[in-house]
Amino acid sequence: MYDFTYQKPGSLADAVKVLSGDPEAKALAGGQTFIPVLKQRLNKPTTVVDLSKLGLSGITVSGDKITIGAMTRHADIAANADIKAKIPGLAHQASLIGDEAVRHRGTMGGSLANNDPAACYPSALLALGGTIKTDRRSIAADDFFQGMFTTALEQGEIITAIELPIPEKSAYEKFRNPASRYAIVGVFVAKFPSGVRLAITGAGQGGVFRHTEIENALSANFAPDAINGIVTPPDDLNSDIHASAEYRAHLVGVVSKRAVAKAT
Amino acid sequence: MGFEGIGASVRRKEDVRFLSGKGNYTDDINRPGQLYAVIKRSDRPHATINNIDVAAASSAPGVVRVFVGADMAAESIGGLPCGWQIHSKDGSPMAEPPHPVLAVGKVRHVGDPVAVVIAESKQAAKNAAELIDVDYTDLPAVANLTDAVAGGAVEVHDGVAGNLCYDWVIGDKAVVDGVFANAAHVVKLDLVNNRLIPNAMEPRVALGDFDTSSGDFTLYTTSQNPHVIRLLMGAFVLHIPENKLRVVAPDVGGGFGSKIYHYAEEAIVTWAAGKVRRPVKWTADRSESFMSDAHGRDHVSTAEMALDAEGHFLGLRITTLANMGAYLSTFAPAVPTYLYATLLAGVYKTPVIYCNVKAVFTNTVPVDAYRGAGRPEATFLLERLVDVIAHDTGIDRVELRRKNFIPADAFPYQTPVALQYDSGDYQTTLRVALANADWNGFEARRTAAKDRGKLRGIGISTYLEACGIAPSAVVGSLGARAGLYEVAEIRVHPTGSVTVFTGTHSHGQGHETTLAQLVVSQLGVPFDQVEVVHGDTAKIPFGMGTYGSRSLAVGGSAMVKAMDKVIAKGKKIAAHLMEAAVEDIEFKDNVFSVAGTDKSKTLTDISLAAYVPHNYPIEELEPGLDETAFYDPKNFTFPGGCHIAEIEIDPDTGVVEMVNFTAVDDVGRVVNPMIVEGQVQGGVAQGIGQALLESAIYDPSGQLLSGSFMDYTMPRANDIPNMSVATENTMCTHNPLGSKGCGEVGAIGSPPAVINAVVDALKDYGVRHLDMPATGAKLWSIIQAATPRMAAE
Amino acid sequence: MPQVTLTVNGKQHTVEVEGRTLLVELLREKLGLTGTHVGCDTSQCGACVVHVDGISVKSCTQLALQADGTDVITIEGLAEADGTLHPMQEMFREHHALQCGFCTPGMVMTAIDLVQSHPGGLSEKEIREGLEGNLCRCTGYHNIVKAIAAAHPLMHAKAAE
Repeated sequence: MYDFTYQKPGSLADAVKVLSGDPEAKALAGGQTFIPVLKQRLNKPTTVVDLSKLGLSGITVSGDKITIGAMTRHADIAANADIKAKIPGLAHQASLIGDEAVRHRGTMGGSLANNDPAACYPSALLALGGTIKTDRRSIAADDFFQGMFTTALEQGEIITAIELPIPEKSAYEKFRNPASRYAIVGVFVAKFPSGVRLAITGAGQGGVFRHTEIENALSANFAPDAINGIVTPPDDLNSDIHASAEYRAHLVGVVSKRAVAKAT
Repeated sequence: MGFEGIGASVRRKEDVRFLSGKGNYTDDINRPGQLYAVIKRSDRPHATINNIDVAAASSAPGVVRVFVGADMAAESIGGLPCGWQIHSKDGSPMAEPPHPVLAVGKVRHVGDPVAVVIAESKQAAKNAAELIDVDYTDLPAVANLTDAVAGGAVEVHDGVAGNLCYDWVIGDKAVVDGVFANAAHVVKLDLVNNRLIPNAMEPRVALGDFDTSSGDFTLYTTSQNPHVIRLLMGAFVLHIPENKLRVVAPDVGGGFGSKIYHYAEEAIVTWAAGKVRRPVKWTADRSESFMSDAHGRDHVSTAEMALDAEGHFLGLRITTLANMGAYLSTFAPAVPTYLYATLLAGVYKTPVIYCNVKAVFTNTVPVDAYRGAGRPEATFLLERLVDVIAHDTGIDRVELRRKNFIPADAFPYQTPVALQYDSGDYQTTLRVALANADWNGFEARRTAAKDRGKLRGIGISTYLEACGIAPSAVVGSLGARAGLYEVAEIRVHPTGSVTVFTGTHSHGQGHETTLAQLVVSQLGVPFDQVEVVHGDTAKIPFGMGTYGSRSLAVGGSAMVKAMDKVIAKGKKIAAHLMEAAVEDIEFKDNVFSVAGTDKSKTLTDISLAAYVPHNYPIEELEPGLDETAFYDPKNFTFPGGCHIAEIEIDPDTGVVEMVNFTAVDDVGRVVNPMIVEGQVQGGVAQGIGQALLESAIYDPSGQLLSGSFMDYTMPRANDIPNMSVATENTMCTHNPLGSKGCGEVGAIGSPPAVINAVVDALKDYGVRHLDMPATGAKLWSIIQAATPRMAAE
Repeated sequence: MPQVTLTVNGKQHTVEVEGRTLLVELLREKLGLTGTHVGCDTSQCGACVVHVDGISVKSCTQLALQADGTDVITIEGLAEADGTLHPMQEMFREHHALQCGFCTPGMVMTAIDLVQSHPGGLSEKEIREGLEGNLCRCTGYHNIVKAIAAAHPLMHAKAAE
């Protein structure tokens, strides 16, 4: 690891100031992806800004949405009674990220800001049609993800919370990479009165994406069999030593059906 | 405190230390004034080194020195030696190209060491290593066996034509061809044994220390055999006389073969410590281990069996390409020859066998022995072939095995491939395994699984291996450049407690416990009064270390011999003290007694007399009770048994779930059943890993794609089933313990059992064979390809 | 150089570290607590697991400075002062759940947290999944699973005392 200055600001304004003033300063949330990246010397920040003292943790329910502080740990999301009751797919998803020790440190905001194409949370945010709250604005999920490892966040902009509408039904199914345990294909399905949203992580070359054909079929008939016959073209899907694009394309159908079966 | 001798599942002595965080692993050792070494490694699979500019690195903060290959060459530092010479079928010795410690002229694999930075901290050394500017000219590279032997392939070593290290044969081709010409059936199978990365959980570490007052060197290293390292490094590489070189292998966090070999980093830190006159430590990052630890397996073979009309095996004909990697690692040439082809009779009475092995250089990390070493490759080939024969001929796979087994009354049994088996009972291990696995109830389980939408399969492997290595003269005649005896010193202290100094090395096997149990049984000394010392050339006699399931069969036998000497000497002392004839002295349970009398002396009485020789036969007998014995085995040992795997495949994803695993092994005399079971369980997990999960994958250009745990699938707890492990033992007839060895059987017997189960589950899909690992992606492709055909039928 | 103050195995330490110093480096190199191991560089093997404020974390994936003000327990801090082993340590020994011992400290720390967080009991499947982040190359996990199952009632009985 290259050395850097470590700062742990006590206010959001201070954190934003440091991160905005130095393009080489980086925010540290849970660090479960970022610290391994630093260890491999793939990133050389001047300053690492620890966001843990900004009061960004916590889960609140108000009316038809749940708001999750950006620094809320995966383990707390997985165990939260409100999330389990109202967005069970998200609780389940959080319980599948990394391993127990990773879930004790990793945060939802950190994962979303990183937008790893095989990370789990982007699929929940996108399928639920959530909103990213930052120090300066709100960003709709559909506008937030801009290709792998790329988001709408500006230099120095910090996610403060994630606001998620409560669906009628939700589920997450993950087909894991056998080695890394990231998603080869992860499917989050959410059923709202207005229709079904279904987002897929791990499979797409451009990161998380919504599968509108499956969404339309499920909006008409929210049942696993509604997906039958929908063919996902492999053209824009990832291919690696663990799974070809064709295999991923096939898994999109299988995993989506399982997610729907779990939600119904 | 119950019985703690041979046969008791005594809880391990070493555990309290490990469980309390008080293990003493190499990286836990720090020496005053210690510096840190970071190796600059090639990121090219194959390239000419035009220039290495170390100026910026040398002047970077915290850097003490930077060394390159030319610095070592200038001091006539030798290359890393190979410990085994194979001769080709035309009598010529194998190609043995130089293996410089730091690359000279060319790099030949990603990870090849190019330079070393010695600095005040690891981070300073890492920073400086990034400043080393290596000017390369890339060369074409060959990463896989088929490419390397193809006409026109680039030469990994100049002048090694066709990248051929050797072209070796065993058996008489003309005779075997004749058998094939007249056979009722011939069954042929092409198969690959996948390349693996051992990945002991402790990454390798080497710490070199130089005593400026005495001129003595000490190397602390993660090794399975400190004396072997001292010999190879001292005599062949650094030219340090052995009296000035101490090698310490303290607690070692797993080896599985990968820590047998003499590695470049050991020589680098030892040599550098002398140059900078301060201790120098190198600790591998895991990602560095992937490209610097010897890999395992990596064969491409064609196997053919000739059969009579009833399915009796008449002859076996095999050709194998074996990957050596870019250089010859310490024991690499022996693995696909004498540890592989000699095993091809397996448990069967196949009368004639011919095997041709071509060892091939590629631009990949050197390949050497990994748990089982050659024997898993032979077993996978044979046990897959037997199942394919059953498939092709329609003979039941269990019946086919039974009818070809070497019968229990045929021992000693001379195979057509050099080995003479001393004992075994393959019908019994098979029978018990079938019962333990409820083989007969399987079809009901298959049907139940089908109702759940799963494809269930069961697979069997009846295997044998040769270990307890090895008779020195035999291996010497086969090309080994070392003896393979073992040594033990039994030091009975004045008060009757005992320290055992063993040449074997424990890196998980529990020798501190098992070897102490031998002393409990033979000398009657209480377990807590026996200490086992290993792993330090300054303390132990010259022994060969631990690999090839040899510690008990060979090292334990040396202990028995040394204890025999203790007892013999003790009897003389006892005879003197009790004024009796030596012939009348009996020794049992720690007590010397005069036959037919009530006169007796304890071992403590005798040892005290030996060290305080006031009343002592000093004219005939030296004082002291401290005996050393070297034991050179008369033969290999031949554990064997039956493994049965039961799996389910999710046809929608191709993913395999291990459902049951049953092992019934014959390991000879069991000293500690708990430890034996643990060894088998661990070996089976590695075999399941090979069969379902693990694969070292190079792209065609020579880049390692599975270069970290992010891409190399290590078996996790939820990949491995609960296992049923049992033994049905016959005794080894040629060593005093009757023990055969248990360290490798799990990894040898299990992979074909798993793949046979997978093929069985896919039998309706027309699958005859598939290569490891049976990943979800691979099985899905197979199912996909077969489904339209099935639908059409 | 920045300082970190933390309690490790009941003893408070104030140590100078670099920004980049990892918690595991602080433990091993500054405090000499070499029981916590490093087996990989991708946060997967779990040999480095310790408890920070009572929960299991990978000490190779946390900066030392992030642990400022925390209470850390390592493998060295489990046994009682008289050497009596923690029930999890004792069950690992009883069930031969370790061979080379390298993964063992992290495995034990993970196992303790797993048992503590499942007071109602742990199925074999839950144990195996709970070990997702801990690799062992020696044991095949079989006896580790048995040891954790055996430690569960002992630990909860002890906690109830």
